[in-house]
Amino acid sequence: MSLSKEDVQRVSLLARLKLSDDELTTMTEQLGQIVSYIDKLSELDTEGVKPMAHALDLTNALVDDEPHESLPREKALQNAPRSDDECFRVPAVLGE
Amino acid sequence: MIDLSATSLLAKLQSGEVSSEEVTAAFLDRINAVESRVGAFLKVNSESAMQAAQAVDKKRRSGAPLGKLAGIPIAVKDILCTEGEATTCGSRMLEHYVPPYNATVVEHLLASDAIVIGRTNMDEFAMGSSTENSAYKPTSNPWDLERIPGGSSGGAAACLAAAMAPLSIGTDTGGSIRQPAALCGVVGLKPTYGRVSRFGLVAFASSLDQVGPMATTVEDTALLLETIAGHDRRDSTSAKIDVPQYTASVNSPLENLTIGVVPSHYQDGLDTEIESAVKEAIRVYESLGARIKEIEMPHAQYGIATYYFIAPFEASGNLARYDGAHYGYRTDQQTMLDELSEEANQTDGAGESPLVRMYRKSRSEGFGSEVQRRVMLGTYALSEGYYDAYYLKALKVRRLIRADYDSAFDQVDCILGPVTASPAFRRGEKTNDPLAMYLEDLYTVNANLAGVAGISLPCGLTSENLPIGLHLQAAPFQEEKLLKVANMYQSATDWHTRRPEIQ
Amino acid sequence: MTNPPYDVIIGLEVHVQLRTNTKLFCRCSTEFGNPPNTQTCPVCLGLPGALPVMNRKAYELSVKTALALNCNIPNFTKWDRKQYYYPDLPKGYQISQFDLPMSENGYLAISSPDGEFEDKNVGIIRAHLEEDAGKSMHDEAQGLADTRIDLNRTGTPLLEIVSEPDMRSAEEARAYLQELRLLLTYLDVSDCNMQEGSLRVDANVNLHVHTETDEKIATPIVEVKNMNSFRAVERALHYEVKRQYEIWQETGNRIGDVPKQTRGWDDNAQLTRAQREKEESSDYRYFPDPDLVPVTITNEQVEAFQQQIPELPAALREKLVDEFSLTPYTADVIVNQGPEVVAYFQSLAEHTGDAKQSGNWVQGEVLRVLKEEDWELSEFPISAEGLADLLKAIQQGELNNSRGKEVFSEMLSAGTSAADAMAALGIEKVDDSALEDLCREIVMANPKVISDVQSGNEKAVGALIGQAKQKNPNVNPGQVRQICLDIINAL
Ligand SMILES: [Mg+2]
Ligand SMILES: [Zn+2]
Repeated sequence: MSLSKEDVQRVSLLARLKLSDDELTTMTEQLGQIVSYIDKLSELDTEGVKPMAHALDLTNALVDDEPHESLPREKALQNAPRSDDECFRVPAVLGE
Repeated sequence: MIDLSATSLLAKLQSGEVSSEEVTAAFLDRINAVESRVGAFLKVNSESAMQAAQAVDKKRRSGAPLGKLAGIPIAVKDILCTEGEATTCGSRMLEHYVPPYNATVVEHLLASDAIVIGRTNMDEFAMGSSTENSAYKPTSNPWDLERIPGGSSGGAAACLAAAMAPLSIGTDTGGSIRQPAALCGVVGLKPTYGRVSRFGLVAFASSLDQVGPMATTVEDTALLLETIAGHDRRDSTSAKIDVPQYTASVNSPLENLTIGVVPSHYQDGLDTEIESAVKEAIRVYESLGARIKEIEMPHAQYGIATYYFIAPFEASGNLARYDGAHYGYRTDQQTMLDELSEEANQTDGAGESPLVRMYRKSRSEGFGSEVQRRVMLGTYALSEGYYDAYYLKALKVRRLIRADYDSAFDQVDCILGPVTASPAFRRGEKTNDPLAMYLEDLYTVNANLAGVAGISLPCGLTSENLPIGLHLQAAPFQEEKLLKVANMYQSATDWHTRRPEIQ
Repeated sequence: MTNPPYDVIIGLEVHVQLRTNTKLFCRCSTEFGNPPNTQTCPVCLGLPGALPVMNRKAYELSVKTALALNCNIPNFTKWDRKQYYYPDLPKGYQISQFDLPMSENGYLAISSPDGEFEDKNVGIIRAHLEEDAGKSMHDEAQGLADTRIDLNRTGTPLLEIVSEPDMRSAEEARAYLQELRLLLTYLDVSDCNMQEGSLRVDANVNLHVHTETDEKIATPIVEVKNMNSFRAVERALHYEVKRQYEIWQETGNRIGDVPKQTRGWDDNAQLTRAQREKEESSDYRYFPDPDLVPVTITNEQVEAFQQQIPELPAALREKLVDEFSLTPYTADVIVNQGPEVVAYFQSLAEHTGDAKQSGNWVQGEVLRVLKEEDWELSEFPISAEGLADLLKAIQQGELNNSRGKEVFSEMLSAGTSAADAMAALGIEKVDDSALEDLCREIVMANPKVISDVQSGNEKAVGALIGQAKQKNPNVNPGQVRQICLDIINAL
């Protein structure tokens, strides 16, 4: 399949990236090349093969419901680009 | 002293011949002398390393019990969270990010009384094979400063080759330990998935990432793996399988060794000098009594394609958290708001919300181009309608690749082959050709996809005096066997003792 | 009134906070009401390198709930990432379940004792486990139009219960929610507090409009959010049905003609409003979370969970009618009060040996007091045994029902036993021979009553009861009546 600049534009919003027009052009070209290379998988017959999401066949890694100490608030907020004494602060969720 | 292995240094420390203070000072001196040319470190802990060394010496004098690596300097890839120390992952995004907790591997190192001498350079978020994708600086290959050291653990490999540390920690998602080890002429082991805890390892592709040891000898590699491996309740994907004493067995050769070779490894694209070095290694094993068996890995050729679906899928999710909201880089808010209001004037319509614009600008300014490319690739391939065609398809091929390994390991103890198709290339050579860069992982990705263990060790030098790596792979949790087999080779050869002259 | 020319189609998505001590994937406390950002750790902050580890209790509670909802529990389930950007979701994805949920294909029976709708089973498509997001608070106080983020709630375990679109009216939707809440209360898996957000409801509503040619046309589905009480759900649905029919009449839009809309209920204005659409169509790019491993469960384990499930409301209602001979209405009232009241009733009935009397007292006096005092049953000071003593005294004729209520009040206010309360009120059982003497005395003093009764008017004896009570307030009116009649008839 081929990728259009519009596809890449749409994906950049989904991925929350902002690409300049030049970057969009380059990205479209490079993604196109990569996708057409990796698309070689489609030539393989995988009928009836079980997907393998994990490298190890582990199950049931469950732990008990016992509270541990949380981080002190200063530590939770220490890396926040913007915060007040209590909360993280971000630009308005909704537009004006 | 800086040319000694960690195992030899430990013996000298234990006998009292040297102090950790002296050892640490020697490596710090070496760093002072050559680091400006190599650029292996993002941060050198000159002061805290000396303090730690003094503390270990004092502890030793007091007769208190000491950890496995007591007093030995070690370099840590800047992707393992360390409480109170900036952990940048080679990214602008995390330039000022200071974790409030330690990775499990870092805890193991601290408990072993190792001296963390510095944090090594890497491709941003471990995405790359040349360490050129570091947001801060490139790292040079100590064998030829014009060339790349490999990646993403380029700093981790280069600091060993340049004798700036005797041990180092790398991470491997598609070859990021083994490929730089090969290109720098050192030893690097990617453990079985689940062998070493990923807790506190900043995730690139969660189902592929493994932390692993890097060193100049197989024996040291065994020592470091023994220190960091083991089950961790904080990592659901960590295996509840006991860790053998690798150092106790690494010097005993494996009896009745059968080595598998894959004919397709030697087809098109493999550098002829690498081919002959690897074939020479096969002869070495034959001379040691190993049986050589040809095996087929029919799906190996699909490894890169599979990897470049799965790794970006997972990466696009793992990197979604870097959005400027709770930590990490955030775009300048006033500039952004001004930009939005100007746009609103022009278009006279409802534009993006300030929040969405904040996300988009922060991520595009904070991430380098390779990271953005992979995030885009992963997002695209998972976006509406492609789940079955891409995601499930890739996971099915992954199963086929694993099945190839399973049947191979029914017949052989180890699979032997090249690590890379060519020796270290010149800086900038592949910058504009992402696909060519991706093919660097041709021989290494399958071990990650299948979750098996793999080790790279030096097996020659090219006519241009560039290191060549030998790749050995073993079945899951067979690191003990892998280390034994690798050490058989090192006992019979001296490639691992070669050191570059740093120009 | 003729039926409206449409069917109402309602499906509900309910998010229930499970009663665990810690979050779903980390061991931070889930306690409600603490200062912002004091219950976080690297995992629930989504810090680089942190990894989720599944809470066993949350999984167990969700299995129990699903079984109580008659769901099938598959032997294999896994966790997926639902990816979207929002500042209350620090990882950029919510860990949820996509194609292999931990349970599916159940139902919940709802009924209407007052006949508002017919009894039915509402289908449950699935119930799956997922983590909650944090809280965003809009803040204009500082003139910055910032949003403040509190991540205490982030990672709290939620069970999302998705019904089939089986409800045909707002009343049915409300009945479903009430029955679901009751079930969760019996299972003790959630505190179901809507104010604290531990039970949240979203509704999908549309209409099937009947045309003149007897076709049914589906209108676009609207998702209604922000309903903070069951009453709000009922009102929002009524509003939405009316609004959608008007829109249909105006536009004739069918399902698929316009994208699915999300509307929020405004409780002050009593109407729904369109919510701002996200910047892109919801493309969550689900994929299995590689940081978590699947959970498997054997049929034997499922069976063991089944054994742990207590008697549930529907079965209890039946039991109270069949085994205790309560009316369906009384059974419903008692069962709807929750397991403690049912247990109280059962204990009371056992001690008194009279289920009907016990049912009436629980439904009447006990529930009245609980309501007036705003008490939980655990705060109610009279034990089932204590109340049984009073009820037995009534049975034995030591006092009548209305005197009994006075004793009940005395027991409540003084905190005493039935016997002490009766003594305090001067109620003693009147000795049989003394009663006989008293009655004979009164009969003889009232010749008019004697002659009236003898001429066939038995009612005339009523006048004697009042006089007997004046002489001794503890007499049993029924007994007095019978004894006086016997005396007159024997004259
Ligand atoms: Mg949900
Ligand atoms: Zn937490």
